[in-house]
Amino acid sequence: MKIRSAMTIAPRRRARPLHKMGLGAVIAALALTAAACGGSSQSSSTSQAAVHKGGTFTILANSSFGVADPAQNYTLEEWQLLIDTHDGLVGFAKVGGVAGTKIVPDLATSIPKPTNGGKTYVFHIRHGIKFSNGQTLKPSDFVTTFNRQFTVPGPTSFYSGIVGASKCSTKGCNLSKSGGVIANDSAYTLTINLTAPDPELMDQLTLPFAYAVPASTSPKLTGNNVPPGTGPYMWKSYNPNTEAVLVRNPFFHVWSAQAQPPGNPNEIVEKYGLQVSDEVTQVQNGSANEVFDGDQIPSDQLSQLNSPKYASQVHVNTLTADWYFALNTSRPPFNNLLARQAINYAADRAAYVKIAGGPSLAVPTCQILPPNFPSYAPDCPYTAGTNHTKWTAPDIAKAKQLVQQSHTAGMKVVVDGTNDQVGKALVEQMVSDLNAIGYKASPQLLAASIQYPFVQNSSNAAKWNVGWSAWYQDYPAPSDFLNVLLGCGNIHPNSDASPNIAEYCNKTAQAKINQAESMAATNPSGAAALWTQVDHIDTTEAPWVDLYNPKQIDFLSKNVHGYSWNPQWYILIDRLWLSS
Amino acid sequence: MATLLEQVQVDTELRPAIAGRNPWALAARRLWRNRIAMASLGLFLLIVVVSVAAPLFARDVAHVNPFLPNLNGHTVVGGKVVPVMQQGGGVLKLGETPIGPTWDLSHYFLGADSVGRDVAALLLYGGRSSLLIGVGSAVLCCLAATVVALIAGFFGGVVDALLSRLMDVIWAFPVYLLAISLSTELLTHSSGFQIGPVHVDASSLWLPTIIIAFIYVPYVYRPVRGQVLSVVKKEFVEAATAQGAGNLRLIFSEILPNVASTVIVLLPLIIATTILTESALSFLGIGVQPPNVSWGSIIQDGTDLVYTRPWVTIAPGLMILLTVLSLNVLGDGVRDALDPRAKLRVEG
Repeated sequence: MKIRSAMTIAPRRRARPLHKMGLGAVIAALALTAAACGGSSQSSSTSQAAVHKGGTFTILANSSFGVADPAQNYTLEEWQLLIDTHDGLVGFAKVGGVAGTKIVPDLATSIPKPTNGGKTYVFHIRHGIKFSNGQTLKPSDFVTTFNRQFTVPGPTSFYSGIVGASKCSTKGCNLSKSGGVIANDSAYTLTINLTAPDPELMDQLTLPFAYAVPASTSPKLTGNNVPPGTGPYMWKSYNPNTEAVLVRNPFFHVWSAQAQPPGNPNEIVEKYGLQVSDEVTQVQNGSANEVFDGDQIPSDQLSQLNSPKYASQVHVNTLTADWYFALNTSRPPFNNLLARQAINYAADRAAYVKIAGGPSLAVPTCQILPPNFPSYAPDCPYTAGTNHTKWTAPDIAKAKQLVQQSHTAGMKVVVDGTNDQVGKALVEQMVSDLNAIGYKASPQLLAASIQYPFVQNSSNAAKWNVGWSAWYQDYPAPSDFLNVLLGCGNIHPNSDASPNIAEYCNKTAQAKINQAESMAATNPSGAAALWTQVDHIDTTEAPWVDLYNPKQIDFLSKNVHGYSWNPQWYILIDRLWLSS
Repeated sequence: MATLLEQVQVDTELRPAIAGRNPWALAARRLWRNRIAMASLGLFLLIVVVSVAAPLFARDVAHVNPFLPNLNGHTVVGGKVVPVMQQGGGVLKLGETPIGPTWDLSHYFLGADSVGRDVAALLLYGGRSSLLIGVGSAVLCCLAATVVALIAGFFGGVVDALLSRLMDVIWAFPVYLLAISLSTELLTHSSGFQIGPVHVDASSLWLPTIIIAFIYVPYVYRPVRGQVLSVVKKEFVEAATAQGAGNLRLIFSEILPNVASTVIVLLPLIIATTILTESALSFLGIGVQPPNVSWGSIIQDGTDLVYTRPWVTIAPGLMILLTVLSLNVLGDGVRDALDPRAKLRVEG
């Protein structure tokens, strides 16, 4: 299935929390949507929307997102801009709140029902849509898009189920010839043939990797030149050392306000290179509009943001993400179930939450699936007390008892993490928790760029016992956590891209994963129940010490309005508008 | 009538004997008379003593283990029990702020750091690491540089050319760039440092000590080699050679004692520099590794708390300032004591 490349580290750490949209914001979004859709009541709404248009929205980011080619880039930082400049066959509704998790047709006129036993999808492409260079969109443009997934080095695994994909490489790819992606420019249809049914294909097609680019786009990496797209904005310039500038696409017109509404700011500028503290200061002063790195705001400035003065400018939202320590199940002591459960009982999750910034910025958890996620059902066996749906306190006595039963007391344990301030604090707390129940733990801090590939690669398995990691959803599907991170198929020996860090493989859980995936199309509720069971099995088997689900802070300048939080894309930049 | 020779002998016997003074004793006397230098020495020794007493302070005064996070801990302020970490206020309650200075030695005198550890206890433990690395690397550096300089200066020719070019290569790298490169390579890898059977763990204090000693070798090598080249041509060396002294005797009995003063003058200055370098590397996260702490790593921990809890940064910064200042002033005093002509030259 989906094997994340080593590049996954970028979205993991750069993923930004989004805010749940309040009722008022939902109503405002719906009003805008209605206005864009037209109708008898559109004149007043349209004029209101027109009032909101204009200005330059300035985002400040500590660093850029690297190479801009959408076939390669795997960072939320660029994706938040790409969703405003490009479109796919389908997309998540561009609204805040739960409604934003709904997949709607975008460049396709509708979401097709699969045929051929779930292996064939025929999309009807909209007419009259133009790229920002003036070329008219044709179904064959998508063939280039999918071919580039394989000719440009990147996370090709998302589309590896397409017929003929196995023959593709960076040297060449012709999915049209192999019958995987067939375009009919006269009938305006695009047919995608899969080797096996994939219930998550639509989710995968919403990702920017599948966004349409002109057929003439080079099959090779375009570097920092982003190919033209069809969205309301286009890339005017991008220099990873200075800034990215998006301006209005003169050829854009609204075809689906749900999928791609017209943007409000005339220009979107993202500037790079400032310290996060300076980003906050500039937004406080009104010199810029958004702090991109909200999850890295220093403690000092968090205290400032508690002032009532900024109450309307700060937005906090829970993320569908996990911060956790993977337990190396391939070697003692954590090849022993009792030892794994012991450290789960001993972990002082309240302390980890404090490291994350306190209860306002993180929620303690014991299980794999995050709250507000499909198939989530609260489960926390590793807590003091009798309520096993919510973590309240560590149970050290139980933990010590399990350590004794496992005969692992006194063993040396190496805790691996990153050497940044938060990473260091997390590792030190874990070392303290392990020592408290009778292990001899020591820290091992590595540079962030080294740490993630290091713990993934099984050739390093003898060098660590507990490894820090974090995961942010790619899209709202349980497999994105339960299969990608803990599935037997995602252990790739001696590879830096082996997301099952714990090397955990439970045959019962895997059988249920396979069953859930096979029945997702025909019996979604049954599949959902199976995913819940898998979550609970994995929680009981304890391949991780799950710490907390983080929240995200968005800090905006005083003149920014129309804030909405989409669970998939987080803050919707084009929905924001500026008052003078 | 006494002969001239007899007269001289009589005069000599009548005059009080002039005690011959060892040049080292003269230097010590000059140093002792330099009050500023002695005050600096006193300050430095005080810092050393206080740092060495870190475990006593942590155990018997502060009653804390400064190496353990204490995020859920409590302490006493003004007779009231308060949490060490305090949640932010307002409507949003964002962030957790550690307790500030209580000015009570037994209860978080200088407050807590970002994970609730006693800053005062950390400061003393940090001093141990910083001084150990600073002094250790400076001594290692001076030893290595002196040995290489003696070999290069004494043998000259090809040996001198090779060793000097090697030093030039190290010298060519900007000192901090080289230190950061080596530290990043050696400290951020789990395996640490391995040469043959010798293994230095990544968290060992030996690793930053060796790295810092290595990068400063050329800076000591150059003046010492110059001194060796000068001494090796002196008459007393030629006389010793004429008497049949071997190379080892020439180097260690004739040349080394005459270049030792240069090394001694450089030593306190190099210690000050290595302490600064260690602090800089630890501040960047590539110096002293947990669970050890140093002044630089405490400053790094305090950077996110500069506005609300400035003492986490100010206290170790002040300790670095005082230590480096005392060593620099002491170094000047030692130089004046060992080579008073240099002072005269400077004062003109």
